[in-house]
Amino acid sequence: MSHIPENLRYTRTHEWVQDNHDGTVTVGISDHAQDLLGDMVYVELPELELDVDREEEIAVVESVKAASDVYAPVSGKVVAVNEKLNTAPELVNKDAYDDGWLFKIRMSDSAELDELLSAADYQETLESEDDEED
Amino acid sequence: MGNKTPLYDAHLRAGAKMVDFAGWTMPINYGSQLDEHHYVRNQAGMFDVSHMTVLDLKGADTRAFLRYLLANDVDRLTSAGKALYSCMLRPDGGVIDDLIVYGMTPQWYRMVVNAATRDKDLAWIRQQASAYAVDLSERRDLAMIAVQGPQAREQVQRLLGDAAASAAALKPFSAVMLGDRFIARTGYTGEDGYEIMLPAATADAFWEQLRAAGVHPCGLGARDTLRLEAGMNLYGTDMDESLTPLDCGLAWTVALEPADRDFIGRAALLAQQAGGLRHRFVGLVLQERGVLRSHQAVYIDGREAGVITSGTFSPTLKESIAMARLWVLAGEQCEVDIRGKRLPARIVKPVFVRNGKAVAG
Repeated sequence: MSHIPENLRYTRTHEWVQDNHDGTVTVGISDHAQDLLGDMVYVELPELELDVDREEEIAVVESVKAASDVYAPVSGKVVAVNEKLNTAPELVNKDAYDDGWLFKIRMSDSAELDELLSAADYQETLESEDDEED
Repeated sequence: MGNKTPLYDAHLRAGAKMVDFAGWTMPINYGSQLDEHHYVRNQAGMFDVSHMTVLDLKGADTRAFLRYLLANDVDRLTSAGKALYSCMLRPDGGVIDDLIVYGMTPQWYRMVVNAATRDKDLAWIRQQASAYAVDLSERRDLAMIAVQGPQAREQVQRLLGDAAASAAALKPFSAVMLGDRFIARTGYTGEDGYEIMLPAATADAFWEQLRAAGVHPCGLGARDTLRLEAGMNLYGTDMDESLTPLDCGLAWTVALEPADRDFIGRAALLAQQAGGLRHRFVGLVLQERGVLRSHQAVYIDGREAGVITSGTFSPTLKESIAMARLWVLAGEQCEVDIRGKRLPARIVKPVFVRNGKAVAG
């Protein structure tokens, strides 16, 4: 079973979101997502200062197996990207929730945060995905 | 639930992630595809390839039949146990499958064809064989383990007891029966090693012996990156029935000489050759960060010039590589459309790594 920290919020497209309580959020992909994709070989990060809409494709994670879009979980402006991933994309596999973060967004509407999934809700979506696979 | 190989339980014990592949439940990796790739390049890894279809052809007409059936010529097999890579073609030259055939005795040839093409291959071979005295049998009773890497042969030989010397003496691309094991010095990784066929009931124990000796289980994921680095085509991806061997870099596997050997597809290939080649089959090396993938479009001088048939990130070279089929026949530089962006790539021979070393493009 994949690891789903209680203190984070999630999307149906497998991003995790950490509220930094300063108007910004940190975003990555979930442990479940990295496990499905397999070894990461390339991460395409968004440009700094990019204005993004919620659910817009703004990054790509590529594993040995496939390329997968990463969506902005909230609207706002990209204020930081994890440049370590340019040379060490495997951090997404090794430490999806910490060193493997992708980018930070300064939110334009913090109410959007409340619409994200809780850890329990996300767990449920994974279980229903499993049911579909069986 | 798909077919299970005799090593299914061994994969679960080793923590494999199982996927469906051509109707078989197979390991895609055992944790890290990249690690598995490196084990094969640097040490030794093993693959369960029992899903592949092993066919024995026996009888007085076998040689004559295979000279008709295959685009390569089994008469090139001049000593017992030698292996030959060949395509099996339709009359119009389209590739039905690619395969390896081992000439064991004048009346016994063993052929290994792809799992995904098993049904159509068997139907085709049976249909063509009707006029020949050939007995065809599928060896579902055998398992097959490929042990590959610079240390692979040594690791296997240590487990063979009295048979070790015979296995050690095997020349590249040849095979020998040692007791109930068929041992071939062939593979699909660009490394030295063996492909071993053995009775299904003994496969699990042999696999565990190899594992205990330090040979790492490797999944289909690593098998794909290894074969692509080695410049080996994959059926269904790099070639299919709409293409001839001349379209997909396999002209070297077609024996047009001797001219009096009338194999299936010969006339079509001669006509294609006379009309001028349609395609150039090449390797690509991406010159920026990103990953080449199959189906991406290739551009030369701004015009669409071809398509990537297989692409990946090369774990050995740490850059992205691909095989591509181009219909523009000139040029050494191209661009590839990767999700709407055109990135520059170098056109090279489609061989990237051999025996652990980069092949200069």
